[in-house]
Amino acid sequence: MLAVRDLTVRFGPRTVLDAVDLDVAAGEVVALLGPSGSGKSTLLRVIAGLLVPDGGSVTVDGRAVTSLPAHQRNIGLVFQDEQLFPHLSVAQNIGFGLRMQGAAKAAIAARVAELLALVGLPGFADRSVGRLSGGEAKRVALARSLAPRPAVLLLDEPLTGLDRDLHDRLATDLAALLRATATTALLVTHDPDEAATIADRIVRW
Amino acid sequence: MELDRAPLNDPNRPPRWLVPALAAVPGLVLGTFFAWPVGTLLARVLQPGSVADTLASPGLTRVLWFTLWQAVFSTALTLALGFAPAYVLARFRFPGRRAVLALVTVPFMLPTVVVGAAFLALLPATWHGTARAVIAAHVFFNIAVVVRLVGAMWAVIPADLTGAARTLGAGPHQVLRHVVLPLLRPSLIAAGTVVFLFTFTSFGVAALLGGAANPTLEVEIARRATQLGDVDGAAVLSVVQLLVLGGVVWWSARAQRRAALGLAGAATARRRPRARAERRLVAAVAAVTSVVMVAPLTGLVLQSFRLGGRFTLTAWRRLGGTSGGNAGGSSAGSGGGNRPGAGLGVDPLASLFVSLRYAVVATALAVALGGLAALAIATARRHGRLLDVGMMLPLGTSAVTLGLGLLITFDVAPVDWRGEWWLVPLGHALVASPFVVRAVLPVLRAIPPDRAAAAATLGASPLRAWWWVTARAATRPVLAGAGIAAAVSLGEFGATTFLTRAGRETMPIAIGRLLGRAGAIPRAQAFALATILLVVTAAVIALADREVAADAGRS
Repeated sequence: MLAVRDLTVRFGPRTVLDAVDLDVAAGEVVALLGPSGSGKSTLLRVIAGLLVPDGGSVTVDGRAVTSLPAHQRNIGLVFQDEQLFPHLSVAQNIGFGLRMQGAAKAAIAARVAELLALVGLPGFADRSVGRLSGGEAKRVALARSLAPRPAVLLLDEPLTGLDRDLHDRLATDLAALLRATATTALLVTHDPDEAATIADRIVRW
Repeated sequence: MELDRAPLNDPNRPPRWLVPALAAVPGLVLGTFFAWPVGTLLARVLQPGSVADTLASPGLTRVLWFTLWQAVFSTALTLALGFAPAYVLARFRFPGRRAVLALVTVPFMLPTVVVGAAFLALLPATWHGTARAVIAAHVFFNIAVVVRLVGAMWAVIPADLTGAARTLGAGPHQVLRHVVLPLLRPSLIAAGTVVFLFTFTSFGVAALLGGAANPTLEVEIARRATQLGDVDGAAVLSVVQLLVLGGVVWWSARAQRRAALGLAGAATARRRPRARAERRLVAAVAAVTSVVMVAPLTGLVLQSFRLGGRFTLTAWRRLGGTSGGNAGGSSAGSGGGNRPGAGLGVDPLASLFVSLRYAVVATALAVALGGLAALAIATARRHGRLLDVGMMLPLGTSAVTLGLGLLITFDVAPVDWRGEWWLVPLGHALVASPFVVRAVLPVLRAIPPDRAAAAATLGASPLRAWWWVTARAATRPVLAGAGIAAAVSLGEFGATTFLTRAGRETMPIAIGRLLGRAGAIPRAQAFALATILLVVTAAVIALADREVAADAGRS
């Protein structure tokens, strides 16, 4: 499904990614496990199309996307710090991707309701994202990325910064949710337990 | 935080007499020289006849209409043209960035007559006395507001937020429309309001560039009061203007509250432009902006050396008097036949010394008033609101209104102070002290309460702790505020128009008079004098900026 070949990124004199290869099969959930600051997030950014690599290629479902801008890739990314749109409600955040595609209002509303139920936040549609708790914000970010049905979902330390209890509960929920939606996912984390709970396969970085 | 909740008789608070003692002088001056004059103005309007007469006077509709549409048009154009430099300067790191930023922001602090003179020098004669010229100068003047306010907001939009929109399928235009513009909304409203207020009350620029054909309300008020002697009519128009300004400020505050988002936080790091298109955009915007901002000022300097199509020093030589003149002497001017300008009622060189002297006095007054007020506001914490708002009012009142109010209030014994020289620098200080308050207050408010607590545990009495921790912290920002106050005084034109006396013209007044005369020589002299004012003001701003920069570097 997702194939990364020979990917290289340099920031000035520093080589952050050095000829990286990686494959994720359709429906597979892969965890990249390694210490913070080792270039894992950079890899996700390159795959998502937010960062232009210095060399190498990214293909999704056999289609080369290396030179496509982010908005044409259909690759979702859950940011470590969520990056919810502060001027939009919870429902508008989740519906954002479908709105960009020009989907009908009714279709957007239906999909938003479906995802709110899926992430366990029914009744949150009209909330302001400024008043969500840490765990709720993570769930909304996840729902927002899933809503447009991305070919691949990237998750950048999605559970970092939560307290232990909530972290463990969300990790289990996330694992179940990715299976239920048959999502192809690549997860970046520094936590071995988290990787073991969520992923089918762990790649040590 | 903790101290806020402390009981009133907390033995660690500074003594209760401190805040009233600090607030006494600023409060008294504000009451006497601002509240009273504005009150007098309002009282004039309450006489029923004058309102109806004034509002029915022919030509008023035209003045109101022109004032409104040029302000709306200037505001829209400034927002549109300021957008690109705001973006480039807020988001990108590139060689020369600081220089471009300075070029954009300095004009905002320049005297209105300098900007007016610069556009007279730059624009072809066919543009003089047109609405176009007024609008062009307004855009030049106010682009700093957009670059600063919108840029500040743009700088805190996380790059990942637009990145998130892109991964969700939003193309560049959709990102702009659905994410960036809504997030910038509060700053666009704020910048639009400030630009509208400045252009609606435009005096110096409109008087010099709009000519008799295009008077703004502010110009019309001054004309009625000083040329027609119709003080009642001028007072009515002042109140009309105050009502409009109040309405706009009220609407803007409400709109900004509604659009406000919890988008606070550290500014996103500026990055180097990466893709080729990005590099081209940054280079083009930086280059065009620099040329546009430099052109009028260069035109001003060049035109001061031009007479009859040739380069000459004539205008500059005649500034100081031709026949072996005694250079300077601030009291000169009344009888002096040895200086060409003096015979016409303007002594260009003397006006420089008058301006400098007034600037020193006005700065000292503004520093004292603003500094004391800021200390009182910060020490009083929540109860400081009233003084805080009160100190800002002179800034929101048009200069002409303030000058007119002072003129009609202090004209009878025992307060017949119209002829007193100090009324001019005092007026300047009223307009300038809000800047001192704004410079000092954030620094004082950022002092952690525990710093006073630390002083107390080391044996400092509450008063001494206040002195060492709070009062001493005000020294540096006060210097920065002083620079701005000096620049404001040097350039003040609106209020001074009413208060100036023969022989004591300030530079802006002298420039205005020279430009009002026929002939190429007074005109070139005006450009020369405006060049001097430009250099002096820019130097003062640069000094103040260094203080601010040094301050930022320390914290």
